[in-house]
Amino acid sequence: MAEIHLTGRAASPGLAIGPVSVLTSGVARRTRVGDPAQETAALQAAIEAATAEIAGLIETVEGQVADIMEFQVALLEDDALAETAYDAIATGVAADQAWRVALDAEISGYRAADDEYFRARAADLIDIRDRVLGHLGGEGMAAAIAGDSIVAGEDITPSAFLAADWTRGGAIALAAGSPSSHVAMLARARGAPMVVGLGPLPWNGRPPALALVDGDAGTVIFDPEPETRRLFEHRMAAANAARAVTDASRFEPACTADGRRITLLLNIAAPEELAAIDPAVCDGIGLVRTEFLFEASHGLPDEDTQYAVYRRILEWADGRPVTIRTLDAGGDKPIRGLTVEGESNPFLGLRGIRLSLARPEVFRVQLRALLRAAVHGPLKIMLPMIAIPAEFDRAAGMLDTEFVALKADGIACARPPLGIMVEVPAAALRAEDFAAAFYSIGSNDLTQYTMAAGRDIGAVADLNDTANPAVLDLIARTVEAGRRRGVEVSLCGDAAADTRLTVALLATGLTMLSVAPVAVARLKAAIAMVGS
Amino acid sequence: MPDANANRAADSVVPLTASAVLVNAVGLHARPSVKLTQCAKRFAATIELALAPDGPWTDAKSPVKVMRVKAPQGAVLHFRVTGADREAALAAVLALVNDGFGEA
Repeated sequence: MAEIHLTGRAASPGLAIGPVSVLTSGVARRTRVGDPAQETAALQAAIEAATAEIAGLIETVEGQVADIMEFQVALLEDDALAETAYDAIATGVAADQAWRVALDAEISGYRAADDEYFRARAADLIDIRDRVLGHLGGEGMAAAIAGDSIVAGEDITPSAFLAADWTRGGAIALAAGSPSSHVAMLARARGAPMVVGLGPLPWNGRPPALALVDGDAGTVIFDPEPETRRLFEHRMAAANAARAVTDASRFEPACTADGRRITLLLNIAAPEELAAIDPAVCDGIGLVRTEFLFEASHGLPDEDTQYAVYRRILEWADGRPVTIRTLDAGGDKPIRGLTVEGESNPFLGLRGIRLSLARPEVFRVQLRALLRAAVHGPLKIMLPMIAIPAEFDRAAGMLDTEFVALKADGIACARPPLGIMVEVPAAALRAEDFAAAFYSIGSNDLTQYTMAAGRDIGAVADLNDTANPAVLDLIARTVEAGRRRGVEVSLCGDAAADTRLTVALLATGLTMLSVAPVAVARLKAAIAMVGS
Repeated sequence: MPDANANRAADSVVPLTASAVLVNAVGLHARPSVKLTQCAKRFAATIELALAPDGPWTDAKSPVKVMRVKAPQGAVLHFRVTGADREAALAAVLALVNDGFGEA
């Protein structure tokens, strides 16, 4: 059988290898059904038993996990949860059926939420539903998960997660799920790698025997070839060696063995990510993706909404620099009502700065919000998908115009440095032609445009290689242009977090890397090995 | 800051109203909802919340119902409180929201 590569979203970092254990929903129907009074009593007893069971669990777990369980207890203790179930029982419906229908309605309410954090709560409701069903006389949960196995399934409940022993290894690979789920929080707390959103698991009744889970890249390989497995085990060994170093140096600045100080910045896709992070672990934020503002809001976000979010990020950074990228819609990031639908090749179409310049009424609002936020900290503005200097000049002109207009209206504002994302080979080859205040290399797009190979197309994935000398040359050329012009150059693509590339990237002269928060500690450790 | 121009009616059946912006990072989420309902339950007053000044109103003592509101970060939470201890109740829930539920 050929190995199966699936790509999802990283939810908990780390690498794991193990036998596959497929989750099945294991709650059986009850066979005996009583009259409405008996059914009401049965449901009450089941809810109370479930509540007591979770309350018992709270005593045995640490802080963050206890919060999750307390939330479940609060819902179970609330009569509103079972209200419709009791109503249904009164009309003759069986307790388990009534409870399931009531909870499923609640669950679909959460699943329909705009906000990912609310959507992720569906898993808690499923957990509550199944725990109560278990006490109603069903078969209970699926068989306990053996330690060190790769749990694969649609989604997993916090209870099922907690029932397994994660100290012996193991990982989670889910067709659905969310990095914001309580299980993902638990997995991060327990150090279990987790990948979510893999899409339909492609086997029909014949599950794979073995899986490799890469919780850093968000990929899973089922039934790997021996060579794939060997390489993966090699990476795991290196990662384990590095981990011993990382925990100790969380707040230390990133330095190579030969004493070069590397500026380590964060990539942020949503401001909620910052809540759990101490700003002292990094040197600032190298990339704030602003697409989330346009995805979550009903319609395009207004100036005040954007300003409030940008301001909060600057306040979090507490004096550290923050680079916010203007809307990078289009390509693989469509936004309804804004991006063009039906382009034959969206990656070569109206995306990034091209779209912003084509929709100046939308772009202007974002620039005004950024100008206003800039009084709250060292903000930098970054323009995505720049190919020619005229695009930069037009955007800079719009920024200046709005700056003057805000000033004239007596509104507090500051004109932040304006830089460009270097991700189109044309911009990398001629970086010195741009009047940009900084360059930030977007290695994902720079690689795919240089190699003419999309990383989401498995058949050409091996060509999509940032370590290819052609891509590294373009990076080195951009670094050199920055040196000559006296402006900062950073790299904010996935390559920055790929510790296999750290030596090659630093060899180009790069001194600033921007990575997802989960990758910070690991990258610091990798940097510390460079030049030793 | 809350709109502190709350109604100061002498009669306890006249609702006291005020609003506050949700400043904590994830909105009226699992933990904030639990904290809010726990706080509300300490008072005899009827405490309701809504995303608009004219409702629809939700019982602030029910975590299930509060979670159904799905109030996002940045939303304005309106409170409507009736009952003898309504002033203390309103002050307590507003303080909790303005404090970002202690996790902002």
